[in-house]
Amino acid sequence: MHGMINRALQGFLVATYGPDIWAEVRSQADLRFTDFESMLHYNDKVTVACFDAAKEVLHQPPNALLEDLGTFLITHPPLDPLRRLLRFGGGTFTEFVLTLDELSDRGRLAIPDVELPEITVLQDDANIFRLQATWALPGIGPILLGALRAMADDYGTLALVDLDGIRNGAECLRVVIHDANHAEGRSFVLAAASG
Amino acid sequence: MTLHAKLSTGLMLPFNMLDRMMPMHVILDAVGRLVHLGPTIAKMMGPGAAIGTALLNHIELRRPVGVVDFAALTPHSGARLTLALTVAPHLPLRGVMMALPQGGAILDISLGLSFARAVADFGLTLADFSPCDQTVDLLYLHEANTSTARLSRHLSERLHAAHASAQFEARTDVLTGLSNRRAIDDELSILLSANQHDFSLMHLDLDLFKHVNDTHGHAAGDAVLIAVGRILGRDLRRNDFPARVGGDEFLVILRPSLAPSVAGRIATRLIGRIEKPIRFEDVWCQISASIGIVSTKQYARRPSVERMLADADTALYRAKKDGRGRFALFGGGKPIMEDAPEGTERRKAGRRAR
Repeated sequence: MHGMINRALQGFLVATYGPDIWAEVRSQADLRFTDFESMLHYNDKVTVACFDAAKEVLHQPPNALLEDLGTFLITHPPLDPLRRLLRFGGGTFTEFVLTLDELSDRGRLAIPDVELPEITVLQDDANIFRLQATWALPGIGPILLGALRAMADDYGTLALVDLDGIRNGAECLRVVIHDANHAEGRSFVLAAASG
Repeated sequence: MTLHAKLSTGLMLPFNMLDRMMPMHVILDAVGRLVHLGPTIAKMMGPGAAIGTALLNHIELRRPVGVVDFAALTPHSGARLTLALTVAPHLPLRGVMMALPQGGAILDISLGLSFARAVADFGLTLADFSPCDQTVDLLYLHEANTSTARLSRHLSERLHAAHASAQFEARTDVLTGLSNRRAIDDELSILLSANQHDFSLMHLDLDLFKHVNDTHGHAAGDAVLIAVGRILGRDLRRNDFPARVGGDEFLVILRPSLAPSVAGRIATRLIGRIEKPIRFEDVWCQISASIGIVSTKQYARRPSVERMLADADTALYRAKKDGRGRFALFGGGKPIMEDAPEGTERRKAGRRAR
């Protein structure tokens, strides 16, 4: 896994549970370093060991932890650049969902060797979407669940997002958009703040 | 007439279709007055760009050059234009203009490479661009690049700091904080190969150190070494280079080179400082030091590092033999005869005696 993804997991654990928990996870996962380096690559085994250790240390069911990780990626203030990059996907939440099939290409545009999930978007109805996500590691479904719910909030859209099982190796989700202009949403102007 | 035949003669598009597909287009009449503006270019030109006013009042044409009126522009139909809005002369834009079959012309404009600044200055949003326009992707890429470049720079800085600290540690004596053997060897070979500035080399060896170690233990010995390190680190000139090169052995590069009398005074002062009892817990440790000194000025030609070290050691051996707690200048501080023997035998004997 790309260091960026491992670093996100570390950032989530440190910001949510504190540095002591991270130290415990590290020792349980037998990591011989303090911090993941965003620009390096790590064996997938390291990522899995880290996640398994976090489950144990925190006594959390894996899906809950992954969903929180997904929410964290969108809502943690220092990760605002990531939220901004995602908002480039569309002017509305509906557009954003429809362009999720470009997510992995968008990721590669930013970092050529990053492995983001491949997502197929199926539209059942004007407001009902089914997503099928495949990734190198299991668990992308709950991560997307947390992230999509947070993105809907970000757009000020009332949407219901649920896990929809695993089919043919793809983790499925269902998105139902109830009210596109439910709330104010967070601001997104195209122009980046300077600095 | 079939649909194909109808379409093959050309299109009549309502403005609202053009507005979505080319939101930065401008429709002009035969003399270059504004007939219609796409929503994005209208937003950028501002309220001053009223329908019926002349295009050339609202844009500056940069290329082709020398176009003073609209009539002079029409021959450039289809060519790439470089222009700027009069409200934003700092943002070069791109354009292309074509004459319309029914008269007048259509000018389409894009942000070109000014896209990031233009989007910021005009507060443009995703809705201001056609879904086919990749300007938004360029913005995304620009922003993603900025973020990853920042991460790369942080990584480089951390690696650089780690490298610098590893280098520092590899060249530092952990106990005293002085330089170590490797550092002073490097420094000597740089100085000697430079063949420029003269310097003196002092070889200092503690007397009675073994006694402190044997009587009060290694911790006391360490305290004594730290104290000597502090004296050497503090009492020398800024350009001098002290190093701990063995158990109780120190080397100091003194630069610039010292006249024999000055070298002697400094050595005597250092010995005096080192002889002051050093407190360790509740015991006072008393040691002394012997010093041998040699200067590059004494050699007719630039000596090798080994030669200079051996000569400083020879002088130290003489100081020890003369009764410890004193210094000796190699060859009495006088110029060394070209073919004087190295004294390797004496050096070996000296090591055994200590």
